[in-house]
Amino acid sequence: MATEPQTAIEPKADRPGVLGTLRAALEHLGGWVLRVLIRLGYIGRFAVAVVRFSGPSFARFGLVMREIYFAGVLSLVIISVSGLFVGMVLGLQGYDTLVRYGSANALGTLVALSLLRELGPVVAALLFASRAGSAITAEIGLMKATEQLAAMEMMAVEPIARVVAPRFWGGVISMPLLAAIFSAVGIFGGYVVGVLIVGLDSGSFWSQMQSAVDLRDDLLNGVIKSFVFGVAVTLIAVFEGYDAAPTAEGVSGATTRTVVTSALVILALDVVMTALMFRGI
Amino acid sequence: MTGQTVVQLTDLAFGYERDRPVLAQINMSVRAGQIVALMGGSGCGKTTVLRLIGGVVRATAGEVRVFGDDVAAMDQAELYRMRERLGMLFQFGALFTDLTVFDNVAFPLRERTNLGERMIRDLVLMKLQAVGLRGASQLMPHQLSGGMSRRVALARGIALDPQLMLFDEPFTGLDPISLATIGTLVRELNDALGASSIIVTHDVQESLNIVDYLYFIAAGRVVAQGTPDEVRASEEPFVRQFVRGEVEGVVPFHQPANDYRSDLLAADR
Amino acid sequence: MNRNRLLDLWVGIFVMLGILALAFLALRAANASTFSSGVTYTVQARFDNVGSLKVRAPVRSAGVMVGRVSSISFDPETYEAVVQFTVATAYQFPKDTAAKILTAGLLGEQYIGLSAGGDTVMLKEGDVLHLTQSAVVLETLIGQFLYNKAAEGKPAESKPAEGGDAKGAASSK
Repeated sequence: MATEPQTAIEPKADRPGVLGTLRAALEHLGGWVLRVLIRLGYIGRFAVAVVRFSGPSFARFGLVMREIYFAGVLSLVIISVSGLFVGMVLGLQGYDTLVRYGSANALGTLVALSLLRELGPVVAALLFASRAGSAITAEIGLMKATEQLAAMEMMAVEPIARVVAPRFWGGVISMPLLAAIFSAVGIFGGYVVGVLIVGLDSGSFWSQMQSAVDLRDDLLNGVIKSFVFGVAVTLIAVFEGYDAAPTAEGVSGATTRTVVTSALVILALDVVMTALMFRGI
Repeated sequence: MTGQTVVQLTDLAFGYERDRPVLAQINMSVRAGQIVALMGGSGCGKTTVLRLIGGVVRATAGEVRVFGDDVAAMDQAELYRMRERLGMLFQFGALFTDLTVFDNVAFPLRERTNLGERMIRDLVLMKLQAVGLRGASQLMPHQLSGGMSRRVALARGIALDPQLMLFDEPFTGLDPISLATIGTLVRELNDALGASSIIVTHDVQESLNIVDYLYFIAAGRVVAQGTPDEVRASEEPFVRQFVRGEVEGVVPFHQPANDYRSDLLAADR
Repeated sequence: MNRNRLLDLWVGIFVMLGILALAFLALRAANASTFSSGVTYTVQARFDNVGSLKVRAPVRSAGVMVGRVSSISFDPETYEAVVQFTVATAYQFPKDTAAKILTAGLLGEQYIGLSAGGDTVMLKEGDVLHLTQSAVVLETLIGQFLYNKAAEGKPAESKPAEGGDAKGAASSK
């Protein structure tokens, strides 16, 4: 793998002035930007390779099924429990604020819109990155460190086709389903707090929600978001695993990078997509 | 038995970075039916030779010919076709940790052939029988000892009846019994398959017992070669040091460094 | 084999749960039945003032949502606001239907209220509604109220003030 272009040339000792410091700072920035660009280039080429070698994943769907199990089924518990809690907190906080304006009946709207548009896709993706993404990175990284990928290559089996692509598709398929489950459970949590605990009218809770939530603008956009997050997180996870240095530190470092990079990318993509989707409203 | 040349390396050079060559000039050949050992100190680039033969990395200079074809000229498909005739045993077996022993051995058959599941089952059991581990077919790799793992990996390596076997440090970290077992298996399987083998190792004694020819590599070059008998009788300093395992010799014990005294005193300044 | 069966079963359960969650969100939370993708026809209405009406605001008749505002623009010839809105084909209205801009609650969002007329000809794609009533602008309302109060003070014009009728005063057409 490419080593960092070492551009940090020390400013000359006899001229340590403001210019020297500025120059060092600029060089630092330039080196960082170059490294990021090089890495983005790698990820781009890697993504193309993953798609190109996706044939076997669909010809033998059992491979993907296994990965849906590990990425999706095993994330079910953390996703549903977190969804329930987030929904309940939204219910409590939302009620507290709305009741001051005499519009506690709008609680259903608040809970549903927050979850469908933002919290469902974003929080589910963050949890997915730390639960499934890190596991994918660690697994692929360890396969690399123990030469399993090299062994596969020597057996004339392409590791991207056999190991990476099924995990990628497993994650991409699981993520929107997990986000939907998160939102649904969250709305139920809001219902528990709003109707069963606080005592709002069940009918108005649902009808307010239904009149405000739009199928296309809210639900569909949320699903699109979660799909994009699924692609981003899984791609980062498989890339970091495949790119990991084949040592213990290499794998642990890659796992950490998966979680951190995923979180940043999820939030950045969320800003962009929110700006595009909900601009007119 | 010693017929046509299976592997021919000519003036081979390779380096991951331009100014630090791992291999400078390697010339060697392996003929059909032979077992050849590639020996040298740790980190001298022995494993890299195997990677070059398998086409995993490309030589920076010189030529690698496997089964008579130039590896550097192959495209991806040709490379994969060539690798189908190749079996490789990695240092610690490199078994797929999420598959059973049976599925590990079946892996190349399922991925690279269109055989039916019944046929695959028979073949896998035959290969496992050959390494004496048919009884372990339903175990997971983490339940195996180091020697067993390597035997399973060997069974996996011969699953497609390769014409050339590559062994990367097959004897490292084994107890004497497992070590002898692997050594015997390598010889037996090589002869049974009518294949050729290249063993990268630094275990001199076991190699001298089973191989037909040895190459010694140091500083990226072949420094000595010969049959086991020639090696045993050799008076060449490097070979003597290596075979007898002496600490001091042409290969120095100390990494080149500053003067010891001045290095220690430097801390006081 | 057994292990694979169990894995397949779990994946099946997971995918079912995901689809059920989506169905729940679509039917229970978003109410897919309030046509968002159904067949609609577009009608136009002109207002002197649309207040803070926004695109995608609901169109209701008798309190039931029947459509949505699709665009709001300004006509520089007549100095009027031109509002286009879609109505589900399932809901047919007479040609002389009136459109009012109303507010949900005191401070809620604004929507278009349709009150059906008595015509036998029904509205169709591209029709223009002629009976419209603009949004209530709070400043105008307060101004009106103060004016009426001042008028009350003069005994010469002792006319019972109708404070609540400010809406009518603000209307046009």
